[in-house]
Amino acid sequence: MELNQLTAHELLEKLKARQTTPKAILDSLHARIQKVEPKVKAYVRLDEPSLSKGIKIRKEELGGLPITIKDNICTEGLPTECCSKILQGFRPPYDATVINKLKESGAAIFPLKANMDEFAFGSSCENSYFGPTHNPWNLDCVPGGSSGGSAAAVASDEAIWALGSDTGGSIRQPASFCGVVGLKPTYGRVSRFGLIAFASSLDQIGPITKDVRDAAILTGIISGYDPLDSTSVNQGVPDYTKSLSGDIKGLKIGIPKEYFVAGLDAEVKIIIEEAVNKLKNLGAVTNQVSLPHTEYAVPVYYIIATAEASSNLARFDGVQYGYRAQSDNLIQMYKLTRAQGFGREAKRRIRLGTFVLSHGYYDAYYLLALKVRTLIKQDFDKVFRDFDCIVAPTSPTSAFKIGERAQDPLKMYLSDIYTISVNLAGIPAISVPCGFTKKGLPVGLQIMARPFNEEMLFRAAHTFEQNTDWHKLKPRL
Amino acid sequence: MSIDKETIKHVAHLARIELQPNELEKLSGELHEILGFIDKLKYLNVEQVKPTSHILPISNILREDKPHVSLATEKALENAPSKKGNFFSVPKIIE
Repeated sequence: MELNQLTAHELLEKLKARQTTPKAILDSLHARIQKVEPKVKAYVRLDEPSLSKGIKIRKEELGGLPITIKDNICTEGLPTECCSKILQGFRPPYDATVINKLKESGAAIFPLKANMDEFAFGSSCENSYFGPTHNPWNLDCVPGGSSGGSAAAVASDEAIWALGSDTGGSIRQPASFCGVVGLKPTYGRVSRFGLIAFASSLDQIGPITKDVRDAAILTGIISGYDPLDSTSVNQGVPDYTKSLSGDIKGLKIGIPKEYFVAGLDAEVKIIIEEAVNKLKNLGAVTNQVSLPHTEYAVPVYYIIATAEASSNLARFDGVQYGYRAQSDNLIQMYKLTRAQGFGREAKRRIRLGTFVLSHGYYDAYYLLALKVRTLIKQDFDKVFRDFDCIVAPTSPTSAFKIGERAQDPLKMYLSDIYTISVNLAGIPAISVPCGFTKKGLPVGLQIMARPFNEEMLFRAAHTFEQNTDWHKLKPRL
Repeated sequence: MSIDKETIKHVAHLARIELQPNELEKLSGELHEILGFIDKLKYLNVEQVKPTSHILPISNILREDKPHVSLATEKALENAPSKKGNFFSVPKIIE
């Protein structure tokens, strides 16, 4: 095995034992990128000349281990453009809190950033200004989105591990499509300071990794209170690796019946059912449960998320950073900058969000959505009174073909039907590889838990993973 | 809920995104379809339900009122498409 194929915890052991060096790891990543990046296109701005310089390596906890970062997380001095024309040339004057924490832990921030749907608006990575990323398991398919670049880079061994962001499934769905592990932490667990905001009541930063142990290590590093993010919660961060006990005997697992209805691909359904049987064989107790408002999650999400996005993206006006269109009139300069700078999906969402917040429509749409959000949250509260976790598919299908859903926004929105409720309820959830379709595409198992109980996710996901071989398979590129 | 062309023009103005003449028809169709999908929420009884605008039971998070160092002017201006001295520069606002 080459160094770039190893997990972070395997490399950390080698670094500790002085069996390898950060430079050797970087060299193996660069060699891999040269070989497969023309096919996968997980990274953006590959020709950025200033990035060919070496990385500063500090020798602490992470010993200079490189980590790949999604293009919407601010890295001081390194271009951060949200894969949008409107942020062309933007080099943040500061680091996001998660980047500071990683640097303090001794991680090396990989200078190439990962591709994504523009401003995280999408489920396929096709909405990137730089063009789509390809799924390492089948280059004709999407890697999922919006953190598709991060997931594809990890799956193709072009990255050791990565950070993504998840507003409605943007970490878990690409992790599922690419056969890797992805976690959306509890709302409030990880500081979003320096994450370019999409929908502030939903956004979370989280890990995309080759196995559950790496996800536990990375979550431990990036979690915690931050005075710069008033929604981060002042609560201690446990050592998540301690929850990797390998024991789920007696664990009470709820299987939501609303997640196994029309729309769920027949092959994915069988794979998920086999995974649930595996959990039973490992000692868990499973029961059917109900989350009755599941069918309303997607419409609620497309009101709340677009409303918040229309407000958050008001800052992109050609004045402080990024692209500016030329005009002698200020309002016209704003309008042309935004018309030329934003892509099609971004404009669609900003306009929809502006509409649902506008005079005369606020109560009928936005306020109504906030009320239904309460019902969705209450569904989870009820189930978690009796169950330790909820298990379901991450996405109703495996990766779809590039272009297949690009012309139909509604169809695209429905690929997040099983992940969106988790963001609306603020709870944590993980996607872990649980099988492959006959065509060789990965399928992910989603596990959800009570707020701030990431330990439950790591325990259940790790036990499942260690008793299966799905995470060991690599795409042939 | 249908959405007429005047409303779309108004929303485009509020959103400060210039509307291309050929966009109007397509956008109207797309928004109509999405709003049709959203309309199913209207059949729920939410009279007694309180809205959730924020999922955490925290509010009024304030920092201590102490002076501290903030981003230096030069750094804040580094990314400006146009600047003059210590200021962002924009097209003339007052005629």
